[in-house]
Parts: sequence; structure tokens; C-alpha cells
Amino acid sequence: MVSALSDIYSVLWVDLRFLRRHWLRTLATSIVSPILYLVAFGFGLGRGISFGGYGYLDFVIPGIIALTAMTGSYNGAGMKLHVDRLFYKCFDEYLLSPISMFSLAVGKTLIGVVRGLLASVALLAVSVALSPTLIVSPLFVLVLVASCFVFSFLGVLVGLWAKSHQDMGTFSTLVILPMTFLSGTFFSLSQLPDAVKAVLYVLPLTHSSESLRAAALGQPFPWLSFLALLGFGLVFFSGCLLALKRTSV
Amino acid sequence: MEEIIQTEKLTKTYDGISAIQDLALNVHAGEIFGFLGPNGAGKTTTIRVLTTLTKPTSGRALVNGFDVVKESDKVKKVIGVVQQHLSLDRDLTVRENMEFRARLRRIGSSERKRRIDELLDYVGLTEHTNRIVDKLSGGMKKRVSIVSSLMHRPQVLFLDEPTVGLDAQTRRRLWELIRRLNLDGTTIFLTTHYIEEAEALCQRVGILHQGCLIALGAPLELRQKLGLVTVETLVNNKETCYQYFADRAAATSYVQNLPPEVKTIIIRDSNLEDVFVEQTGQKVGGD
Repeated sequence: MVSALSDIYSVLWVDLRFLRRHWLRTLATSIVSPILYLVAFGFGLGRGISFGGYGYLDFVIPGIIALTAMTGSYNGAGMKLHVDRLFYKCFDEYLLSPISMFSLAVGKTLIGVVRGLLASVALLAVSVALSPTLIVSPLFVLVLVASCFVFSFLGVLVGLWAKSHQDMGTFSTLVILPMTFLSGTFFSLSQLPDAVKAVLYVLPLTHSSESLRAAALGQPFPWLSFLALLGFGLVFFSGCLLALKRTSV
Repeated sequence: MEEIIQTEKLTKTYDGISAIQDLALNVHAGEIFGFLGPNGAGKTTTIRVLTTLTKPTSGRALVNGFDVVKESDKVKKVIGVVQQHLSLDRDLTVRENMEFRARLRRIGSSERKRRIDELLDYVGLTEHTNRIVDKLSGGMKKRVSIVSSLMHRPQVLFLDEPTVGLDAQTRRRLWELIRRLNLDGTTIFLTTHYIEEAEALCQRVGILHQGCLIALGAPLELRQKLGLVTVETLVNNKETCYQYFADRAAATSYVQNLPPEVKTIIIRDSNLEDVFVEQTGQKVGGD
């Protein structure tokens, strides 16, 4: 157990060194998009609109935080791994070491979690100032951390699966981008027909933003959605282990 | 003589095409063994199989007596690998790259520091310890790559095309380093497609062609089998012919009796390229 934790930290250590050197650039690039969404949708388009008794800004902020957690974690875990594998080609060093696939997968996931949380907390600080009704409860923190893990697992999985830079781009365009706009981040799914709603519930960000919004606005918590989010995490993590097994003996 | 690497009928196929086929190889403990062959001959595949990175399709390979498939963890403990491409994190410093390798090998903090200082001193990079790897010259990067793979003091060091892309001076400095490592007790298994590198460094070489081992032995032994002296002739200004002789006297006697239409005669020492060409009909440098 101690050895596994030490191995996980060893994998994380190298990515933390990189983050320490480039933290400002990393943070800035992670929060530019969410702040633009906040300004464009929250202040611009959404001014005067209300949802279920809440102003649009109050409604949209938890969604944008979920979105930030997703992009920060997914890119934080996936892009570096992908670059290490296909561009720097230093990923083999992990496979040549005696550390287990489990420790490697968790270690590579944690850097995504750290980067996702860093971006989300920065945005949260701005959001709390803009929307005093936002409740940052332990449940909110739990959902935020779980979301970072889920999307970080997805980043590791895609980073291991991609055989080229184009593969990463294709996945982002076909999966991440539609998820950004369709997962209840900017609008309520209750307005949609059941068939469309059923499709959107297949996306993990839908569950992340619904759970985060309920926790932030003090609404009844959608435990089923939270469990679904954890289920996605389990599936993605299993996928990571399988992908790692495929890349080594 | 103790064998540190042994393979039996080792085969790796990709989509039905053999990268290596029925490879039977043995490397003695303490030697510098060279794997010579053109690009695409299967050299890198062999290294990947021997270093546990790729699973063989069939056959068996042992490193220090451990099976590379069934006992891969034990194999990993006794090997160091320097890949053809620079497998360094170019955004980190020299020291950070070495520390990263040491951490992955579970080397404790004080021992880690001691070994990093010792190895940087060994290759003359102490003053570059805090430089970002991306800012180093090609030769320095290669040296960092080599010493990083020595953090856990491996018994066998695999070097895949260690001097490819380096200038002549840097190449010779790396040769010195490889010889020094070998003299200090590390068995070296290197691949190369440079004839002079194999001849300068290796006590024994295996010549690989299209995944098959076509010759194995000491460079001198292989040249002796072919003939130590080569005579190159140009017949009717068209085709270059090669003849091999045991010594210069025999070669000179042959040249003196050649017909007048045979021109441009060169008498030179034969080399491993001649061995390769005679066995395959192709040049080592050709794809």
C-alpha cells in the first residue's frame, strides 16, 4: 500500500514539476474560456432571464464550473500524456519501471485532477463574488472533486488510445465540444423533449453539471445523477487499465 | 562463458509480417555486443522484446536468466534502456529528468541525490545539472539519456542506435563513454547501422537482415571467413566486382593477372559491410 502510494506520487511528481514551472500559463489558459462564457452567457445573453426562481447568472455559474472542471481535468491529464507518448516518446520510461499499471493510471490521473481543481477554484473565486447565492457546501466540493477525477480518467484514456495528434483533435471535436454545449451547462434539460434528454444523459457532463447545480443552489440533490457520474468514472478508469495493458507485455 | 541474454526461435510478427524471425542469439556477460543491420531489419523490435516493451509472437527470450514475458518485473530491474529517440522530458532540467527515473526505480532520497551527482560527474555534465534539457546540444542530450538509464545500476544496458544523427566528434565521445561503462562491468547490447561503430566498439556482432540473423561472431572472425582483403574492380566501366582474399599477397597476385578490360582496382581491408553485402546482396545503409 505504502509502495503503491509512493509510486503514484513518483508518477505525479514529474507532472507537478512541469506545472510548478508553468503554473501561470496553465491557469490563464484554463480559465479564459470559462470567463468568456460567463461574460457572454451570464452577463450578455442571460441578462433578464430567470430559471426556476433564480437569475440566469446564478443558474449558469455551476454549469460553467462543471465545464471548467471537465476541460481542465481532461486536457490536464490527456494532453501531457499524449505529448509524452507520441512527441517526447518518454512514456516508455514508465513501462520500463517496476511500478504497477494501477499506480501509473492513478498517478497520471491525479495531475488532471490537480489542474482541473486549480482552474475550477480560480473560477469559483470569481463566481462567488458575482453570485452571492452560490453555496459552496461539502457536497459541492465532493461533486467537483468527483467530476475532476471522472474527466481526468477520460483524458488518460484518450491520451493512451490516440495514435496521432489528429485523434486527439477528432475526439475533442466530436465528443468534448458537443458535451460542452449540450450537457445542461447553459440551459435546463427540463425544457427538452424526452428523447433528446435521454441522449444527453449519456454524457457525463450532464450528470456533473446537474449535481453541481443542485448542490450550489441548495436544490434537492440528484443522487442518481451523482451515482451515474461515479459509474462513468469507473468505466473510464477500467478503460485506462485496459489501454495500459495493451501498450505493455 | 556466462550468457546474459539468450533467445530461442524468437519471432515477432505485425499483421502477419515478420519483424524478427526465429532469432537464436546469445550475449556473453561483460561484452559489448552489436546488432548490425539496415533500417527495418528488426533491430529495434528485438530491443523492444528484450526490454519487455513488446510481447513476442512466439519463441523465448531470457535476460539474466529471467523470461522477458513471464518475469518482466525481474528483467526490468537488471536492464537500462536508451532508446533511439530521446526519451527525456524536454521541459524538465537534467537533474529533474534523472530524479524522475530514480523515483520510478524507487531509489531513496539521499541515494538518489548521491547517484545523480556521481553520474553527472561521470559524463562531465555537472555544470549543466539545472539546464532545461531542450536547451542542450544533441550530444549532451544523448549523454543525459544514457546516464538517466544508469540510475538503478543495470547489469545490461541496451542502446538503440546511440549515435544516430550526431557529428563525428560527439560520436567518438559517446564511444568512449560506452567503452568506459563496459570496462566498469556493464554488458552493452547496442544496435547500429554504422559499420565503423560496430567494428570500433563491439567484441561480437550479430548481423540482421529482414528479421533473420545471417551472421554472428567477432568482427575479425566474420571478416576472416570472408577474406581479410578485398579487391574492387570495374569491368568495362560498368559493374563493380568484389573479390576477397586471405591476405594482401594473394590479392596482389590476383590483380597482376587481371585482363586489360578490368580497371580501377582498389585493394583494401575488408569490413563488416562486405560480410553483409556477400550474405544479402544489399548494402547495410540501404533500406
